[in-house]
Amino acid sequence: MKRLVVILMLLTSPLWAVQPDEVLDDPVLEERARELSKELRCLVCRNESIDESNADLARDLRLLVRERLVAGDSDEEAMAFIVDRYGEYVLLKPTTSGANWFLWLAGPVMLLIAAGVGWGYLRARARVPAGQENAALSEAEKERLRQILDE
Amino acid sequence: MVTELGHFALILAFMVAIVQMVVPMVGAHKRWSGWMAVAEPAANAQFFLTAFAFGALVWAFVTSDFSLRLVVLNSHSAKPMLYKISGAWGNHEGSMLLWVLIVTLFGAMAAWFGGGLPPSLKARVLAVQSAIAVAFFAFILFTSNPFLRVAVPPFDGQDLNPLLQDPGLAFHPPFLYLGYVGLSMAFSFAVAALIEGRVDAAWARWVRPWTLAAWVFLTIGIALGSWWAYYELGWGGFWFWDPVENASFMPWLLAAALLHSAIVVEKREALKSWTILLAIIAFGFSLVGTFIVRSGLLTSVHAFANDPERGVFILFILAIFVGGALTLFAARAQAMEAKGVFGMVSRESALVVNNILLAVSCFVVFFGTLWPIVAEMGFDRKLSVGAPFFNSAFTPFMVALGIILPLGSMLPWKRGRLGRVAWSLRYAFVLALALALLVWAMQTERSALGPVGLFLGAWITFGAVIDLWSRTGRKGSLRRMMRLPRADWGKAVAHTGLGVTMFAIAGLMAWEVEDIRVARMGEPFEVGDFTLTLEDVQRVQGPNYYSTMGFVKLERNGRQIATLNPEKRDYPVARMPTTEAAIDYRILRDVYVVIGDRQNDGSWTMRTYIKPFANWIWAGSILMALGGALSLSDRRFRVAAGARKTPAKGVPAE
Repeated sequence: MKRLVVILMLLTSPLWAVQPDEVLDDPVLEERARELSKELRCLVCRNESIDESNADLARDLRLLVRERLVAGDSDEEAMAFIVDRYGEYVLLKPTTSGANWFLWLAGPVMLLIAAGVGWGYLRARARVPAGQENAALSEAEKERLRQILDE
Repeated sequence: MVTELGHFALILAFMVAIVQMVVPMVGAHKRWSGWMAVAEPAANAQFFLTAFAFGALVWAFVTSDFSLRLVVLNSHSAKPMLYKISGAWGNHEGSMLLWVLIVTLFGAMAAWFGGGLPPSLKARVLAVQSAIAVAFFAFILFTSNPFLRVAVPPFDGQDLNPLLQDPGLAFHPPFLYLGYVGLSMAFSFAVAALIEGRVDAAWARWVRPWTLAAWVFLTIGIALGSWWAYYELGWGGFWFWDPVENASFMPWLLAAALLHSAIVVEKREALKSWTILLAIIAFGFSLVGTFIVRSGLLTSVHAFANDPERGVFILFILAIFVGGALTLFAARAQAMEAKGVFGMVSRESALVVNNILLAVSCFVVFFGTLWPIVAEMGFDRKLSVGAPFFNSAFTPFMVALGIILPLGSMLPWKRGRLGRVAWSLRYAFVLALALALLVWAMQTERSALGPVGLFLGAWITFGAVIDLWSRTGRKGSLRRMMRLPRADWGKAVAHTGLGVTMFAIAGLMAWEVEDIRVARMGEPFEVGDFTLTLEDVQRVQGPNYYSTMGFVKLERNGRQIATLNPEKRDYPVARMPTTEAAIDYRILRDVYVVIGDRQNDGSWTMRTYIKPFANWIWAGSILMALGGALSLSDRRFRVAAGARKTPAKGVPAE
């Protein structure tokens, strides 16, 4: 594993993310390309987008994105083009298809459950008859109180 | 010789830990005070033995003892002294030894400062803490022993990963571990209380400082790590939603929730079973974090030495401790009936909402981190979950938290009126809104990110000031404000820190300026308001690296501000290049310059960023940590519940 990391570092570091020669002349297209690059994963890196990565493969992908945009693709078409070739592994933001609904809904559903439980708890707390609040001390507490007073 | 003594001390500490795990627990059960009293000297012995073992390892690194396998793999005689020392924990074995050293340190501290604890609770806490230590001693001795020798010592070592040779990273792991392991104390108290069958305000008053200390250390550790990523990785990112970052962020979120819910237990004797559960889960997430880093389950920058076998061992530890504690919780939680009564609108319920938001946001991070594995195993889909997902799924929780924070923190205990609190915060609201609108009108981009961040930051900060002022009574005066308890100051400072960090992150993301170009020698170019000129590039030799150093003149309005020296370093022993960005740090913005490759015509590729408010991210983190420390030094913790014998001593962490 360590050797692999070293090899990856050697592969990747001398180059670096977005090179001057990649930048498109049209600033609007370039801006769109940058936005798309941020959502595409560099396939040989650890959790880096192709926009940040130095790897050759990331450079190839960046060029591919720009090529598609120059060819007149919309953002969605360009992304679909890349996903068709590299699989959904390249998407840093997973789609909402199929089982991925679990991922996207996990947070909101959990929030609803937690809010429901919290609401129930607060209602129960608010309804406790007032007299119970200062419940008498337990036997053990009385004993400890006596000890303290005796000292 | 020293190495053998260290190894021996480690084994002895393991033995002592086993004794400390069993004897006081039995003693507490049978009410034998002699057996319970074993805990205290055992905790001391365990700590000093482990400290000696750790000292022996550091000594081996400092003296470059290349007969030790670990030193060969991670050190080099030409390495600067600071990194020789930090090299001791810049690897798997050494970092686990540091981890267990901190476990025993916290155990010993509980023994030193726990004079006022009921004897049986103290014995049980120390026994549980020692059980954690036993598990990790066994892990170190059986799977990752740092004291292994090599038969034929080489002349020199293989050097530490150059990315780790950095002051920010030298201190990042110890702080993070102090945080992770600090949560073990909350865990031990929770389990001991479950065994004991009672949780009350005094218990909460004991748990809270430990949690607070752990949270402060985690805050510092995470901030150091993110600062390191900012200046070292070469494009100025500060947070990547990397699995290992998430592994430290989840305990931070839960520790934040825990230290708030412990307030409710302390002041109002409510939320007891939830607080216990949270203490168990928070430490569980520390273990999950260790598991993620050590097992290589999720690949990441931090995976410097991972190995499936070690991962399985840690998974086993995790299952025993968290599983055991949760079983105990299920059996005993009913016994913790709540006492406090409060209305739907009250400080208590605001803290419940705080806990819901923090816990659910932690759940989102957890789910997102593990989803690639679940999807691959369960649905046969190989996919990634990266920063764009977390940015959109996690941020709403923080926005919601920021909006309710000033309101919730001013609500009175028991029963309050939202309208009255909102009215007293009217100036904060108007001021924050005005600032946000002003910035919205001024900025050229039409993104809401910056103004929303500014609104939240200003709302939280002004809200904290108004909260503090309102505590001085109807006729507020500065002198009375200065005399408020430190806990109040701590709260205000920490909340302000959160606001500052929120604003800084939004501002940086919204208003960053980037420039990528081929720079010709001596030919000035403009980025934002600044003029940069690449004047020279030289080859420079460092202690254990060669560097290609650029000299870049930074000017504004024709006046020179600084000369920046971006570098590309090459570490010949580790055979690894690194980029060192040159940063001109200023209060309102950083100018961040990175040098790339030489082109055929003698020009160089260069990247320049203007990063507004970058420093504020870490300034906010420092404020949060400072707030925690202020709160920790509050009088009521120094004179902790029932601590009659101990005079006012500080709680650790100052």
